[in-house]
Amino acid sequence: MSGTCEGAAATPALQDYTLRLADSALILGHRLSEWVGHAPLLEEELALGNLALDLIGEARSLYAYAAEIEGEGRSEDDLAYRRDAGQYRNLLLVEQPNGDFARTTARQLLYSAFAHPFWRALAGSRDEMLAAIAAKAEKEAAYHLRHAGEWLIRLGDGTEESHRRAQAALDELWPYTGEVFERDAVENRLIADGIAPDPAALRPEWQRSVAAVIAEAKLKQPTYGWMQSGGRSGRHSEHLGHLLASLQFLQRAYPGASW
Amino acid sequence: MSTAELRERARRAAAHVVDPEIPVLNLVDLGVLRDIRIAGDTVEIDITPTYSGCPAMRVIELELELALRAAGIEKFRISTVLSPAWTTDWLTAEGRRKLADFGIAPPAGAASRRALFAADQIACPRCGSAETERLAEFGSTACKALYRCRSCGEPFDYFKCH
Repeated sequence: MSGTCEGAAATPALQDYTLRLADSALILGHRLSEWVGHAPLLEEELALGNLALDLIGEARSLYAYAAEIEGEGRSEDDLAYRRDAGQYRNLLLVEQPNGDFARTTARQLLYSAFAHPFWRALAGSRDEMLAAIAAKAEKEAAYHLRHAGEWLIRLGDGTEESHRRAQAALDELWPYTGEVFERDAVENRLIADGIAPDPAALRPEWQRSVAAVIAEAKLKQPTYGWMQSGGRSGRHSEHLGHLLASLQFLQRAYPGASW
Repeated sequence: MSTAELRERARRAAAHVVDPEIPVLNLVDLGVLRDIRIAGDTVEIDITPTYSGCPAMRVIELELELALRAAGIEKFRISTVLSPAWTTDWLTAEGRRKLADFGIAPPAGAASRRALFAADQIACPRCGSAETERLAEFGSTACKALYRCRSCGEPFDYFKCH
């Protein structure tokens, strides 16, 4: 199956855009997989592993498509394992370290509250392949959002300690939420072509979901202040390099290894 | 062999392939088998993943290949299609019955798009009681959640609406 793109000029933008989505899914999936063997309870061990699988599955479909658009014979593995931090295009939010369980939960809520309406909107894309990947991812994001929401409520409305940690997690991650709704030339181009949804238009729904959970959790929504930015252009926090060192080790030590 | 016979033979072969993680369901029951076409002398089969990251897909593809060869079909092409996205609405009635017999509660109702604050009411597949509670949103595989029956006390898997 192949997607449609309107003319050759749209191709680099479409490839860049697909890579951004793939990178965010892979990096968040990898972060969640770091919990395997360390989760606070068995059920969460399974849940976080399942979330990670969904995200890595989404990333695989997106990388395969990005490689196909590029048409230079690179594979999904080449894109995941052979690009350095500066070439990654993921959101800064998803590369932030797991921290404690509250931090991971807050990160998941802030991301999924965007991802759910985003994939739903992208499922209406004029690009058939992106639409197909998005239609699957939307269902997965719905679970992720629900799961993160329920946990943040438990933590926020739990003990003094869990409340304190949940609030600290939100405060810490809030400056990474602005980037999610940014638009640049690549997005403007694809929005005009009916391929990408306008992320700014998804903000009200994100805000409603996040505010509903925060209120139920008896937490305080951090105030909007200065926002971090840079993931789209490859300017990442120091954390991404460390993550990639672990993610890419095998292909760096044994290039081309397969089994 | 006529085209119709070849197609039927391929369908029977596919119906022998089971989900490695829920071995009572075959590809037809699951709705994972989307289409079988005959192009010349080649059998073209479309399968669709349940979840994006479902680790069973590679095994299913391999098993399908073996089943086709065992049925004497040598020329075939298996493609993975994503659209339309798989939904539990495609589980056959037979598949739902097999799930319940196996002790897994089948999906309740149709797949919905609701995300926050939604919870399914599930009947216990052992005693039928509606007095059940969810223990964990994610069970032993991505497609299942873990429940417990408050009447008979047994934990059970629930195949989630998706």
